[in-house]
Amino acid sequence: MAYFILKRLIQSVFVMLAVAFLAFSLFRFVGDPITQMTGVETSVADQERLREELGLNDPFITQFVRFTGDMLQGDFGFSYRTRQPVAEMIADRIPATLELGIVALLISLIVGVPAGVYTALRPRGVVSQTILMTTLIGVSVPTFVIGIMLIFLFGVQLGWLPTFGRGGTVQIGGWESSFFTVDGWRALILPAITLGVYQLTLTMRLVRAEMMEVMRSDYIRFATARGVPMRRLYFKHALANTMIPVITIIGLQFGGVIAFSIVTESVFQWPGMGLLFLESIRFVDIPVMGVYLVVIAFFFVLVNLIVDMLYVAIDPRLRVKDAA
Amino acid sequence: MIALLKRNEAVWLFVHSPAAIIAAVVAIAIILGAAFAPWVALVDPYDLSSFSLFDGLLPPVWEDGANPKYLLGTDDQGRDMISSILYGARLSLFIGLAAMTIATVLGVSLGLAAGYYGGRFDAIVMRIADVQLALPAILTALLIDGIARGLLPADIQQELRVWVLTLAIALSLWVNFARTARASTLVQMNKDYVQAAIMMGQRPIRIMFVHIFPNILGPLLVIMTVDLASAILLEATLSFLGIGLPADSPSLGTLIRIGMQFLLSGEWWILWIPTLFLVALVVSINVLGDFLRDVFNPRLR
Repeated sequence: MAYFILKRLIQSVFVMLAVAFLAFSLFRFVGDPITQMTGVETSVADQERLREELGLNDPFITQFVRFTGDMLQGDFGFSYRTRQPVAEMIADRIPATLELGIVALLISLIVGVPAGVYTALRPRGVVSQTILMTTLIGVSVPTFVIGIMLIFLFGVQLGWLPTFGRGGTVQIGGWESSFFTVDGWRALILPAITLGVYQLTLTMRLVRAEMMEVMRSDYIRFATARGVPMRRLYFKHALANTMIPVITIIGLQFGGVIAFSIVTESVFQWPGMGLLFLESIRFVDIPVMGVYLVVIAFFFVLVNLIVDMLYVAIDPRLRVKDAA
Repeated sequence: MIALLKRNEAVWLFVHSPAAIIAAVVAIAIILGAAFAPWVALVDPYDLSSFSLFDGLLPPVWEDGANPKYLLGTDDQGRDMISSILYGARLSLFIGLAAMTIATVLGVSLGLAAGYYGGRFDAIVMRIADVQLALPAILTALLIDGIARGLLPADIQQELRVWVLTLAIALSLWVNFARTARASTLVQMNKDYVQAAIMMGQRPIRIMFVHIFPNILGPLLVIMTVDLASAILLEATLSFLGIGLPADSPSLGTLIRIGMQFLLSGEWWILWIPTLFLVALVVSINVLGDFLRDVFNPRLR
C-alpha cells in the first residue's frame, strides 16, 4: 500500500515537472519576454541590462531550475497584460471554477448513475429507449449550444434564472463562495447543468455498459439461483462492482470538466479560470497561459492520486494483490 | 473479393437503416450547398456591395413582414441568412476536412511505424499519445492557437488564421488515428503475408503502406467520420469563443457568436438558424459514423 502510493507520488512529481517545463518553454521561446515587458522607448542598452538582471542570459537549465524554484515558493511571475502578479490573478479565479466544476460533476453522478443502472436493468423499456435517444443527441450538440438554449429558455423566455455572472458571493477566508446565498445558487444552476450534461451522458453510458457486463457474470447468476432478492442483488451485489470504473471516470472527467468550463464560462460570463485563460490567449499573455496549465495539471494529478487511493479503499482485491 | 462482398453487405444495411439514409441526405445536402455556395447563394457575404442595409433584420418567410426573396430572413447588415450559412458551412467543412486529413496522415503514419518497428520508437510515440489523451482536445487546440499567436508576426496573423486553426485542430485529433492504426498493425504483423513480405526483403515503407495499410482501413474509416464531426465541432467552439475565425470571414461558429447578440431581442433567426445547421450537420455525420461502425464490426449487429 505504502509502496503503491509512493510510486504514484513519484510519477505525479514527474508529470508536474514535465508541465512546468512546457510552461517554461512557452514563456522563454514564444515571443521575447523583454520586448513584452518594456515599451518602445526603452533603449537597447536598458533592455540588455534588464535581460542580464532577470538572468535571461543564463544557461537554459539554470533558468528552468530557477523558474521551478520560484513556482514552488508561490512566485508565478507577472502578467504581460495587467502587470499584476499571476498568482493573485489565478487564485482569485480558482473558487469560481472549482465550485462550478464540483456541482457539474455532482449533477453528472446523481443523475447519471441511477439512469445508467435503470437503462441496464430494463434495456428494452420505453423509458430506457427515450433516455438513450436523449443522450445520443446530448453528445452531438455542442456545449455552447446547450448553454445558449438554457439561457434562452430559463433566462429570456421564462425569466426564472440569471444568465451571467456569479450572483451573490460570500467571502470565507479568502475563498469567494456562491454556495451560501440563494442568489449564488440561482446563478450557478444554468452553468452547472450546461457543464454537467456532456459528463452525464458519459457517466450514464459507462455505468450502463458496466452494469450489463456484471449482470451477465457467474456470481450474479448464482446469486439469482440461490434466491437472493432482486433489490439486494441489483444494489448490493451488482452496483458495488460497477463502482470501480465509475470512480476511474470521475478522475478522467475532471480534466474534461475543467476544459469545458472554458466554454461554459465564456457563454455565461462566469468569472473563473477558463475565462481568464481565454483572455490570456487573445492577448498572448504567455505567463498567465503557462501558470493556468500548471494549476490545471496540479488539480488533475491531485484528483487522480486520490482516485488511486480510493481504489485500494474500495476494492479488497487490490489490497490482497499488494500484500502478496 | 472480400472487399466486394463487404460492399454489397454495406449497401443492404444502408437501405434498411432509415436513420442512416436521413443522415446521408442531410449531410450531402449541406455539403453540396456549401461546395457550390458561390453559385447557389443569393449574395456574397464577403462582398459589402452585394447586400443592403435596407433589407436588414427581415424575418424568415413564414413570419409577418418577411421579404419572399430571403427565405430564412436576413441579419442586421441585410445579409441573406441562407447565403451566410452556406459560406459559413463551406469554411467549417473545409477546416474540418483539412484538419481530419492532416490528423489522419500524421496519426496513421506514426501508428503504422510504431506498430511495425515497435521498441523505443513505439514507446515514445505512445507516451506522447497518452499525455495528449489526458488533455481534452479543446485545451490542446486553444494552447496551439495561443502559441501560434505568439510566434507569428502580426501582419501575417490574419491571412494564416484558417491554417493555424486547421493545424491546431489536427494536432489535437491525431492520437485516435495513431492508437487505432498501431493496434491494427500489431494484429497484421503476425499474419503470414506480412512475414512473407519481410522475408522477401521488401522495404519497410512499402510493406507498411502497400500491404498493411489496405487491411487496416476499415476501423480507420469509422474514426475518420467521427473525427470529422469532432473537428467541425471544435472549430465551431473555437470560433464561438472568439479564438477562431474573425467576423469578416464567418464560419458556422462565428455566425452563432454573432447571433448571441440577438438573444435578448426578437430576431431569433439570426441565432437559431445557423445553430440548427451546425447541429444537423454534426448529428448526421455522427449517425453515419455509427452506421459505419456497425458495418465494419459485425459483432455489434
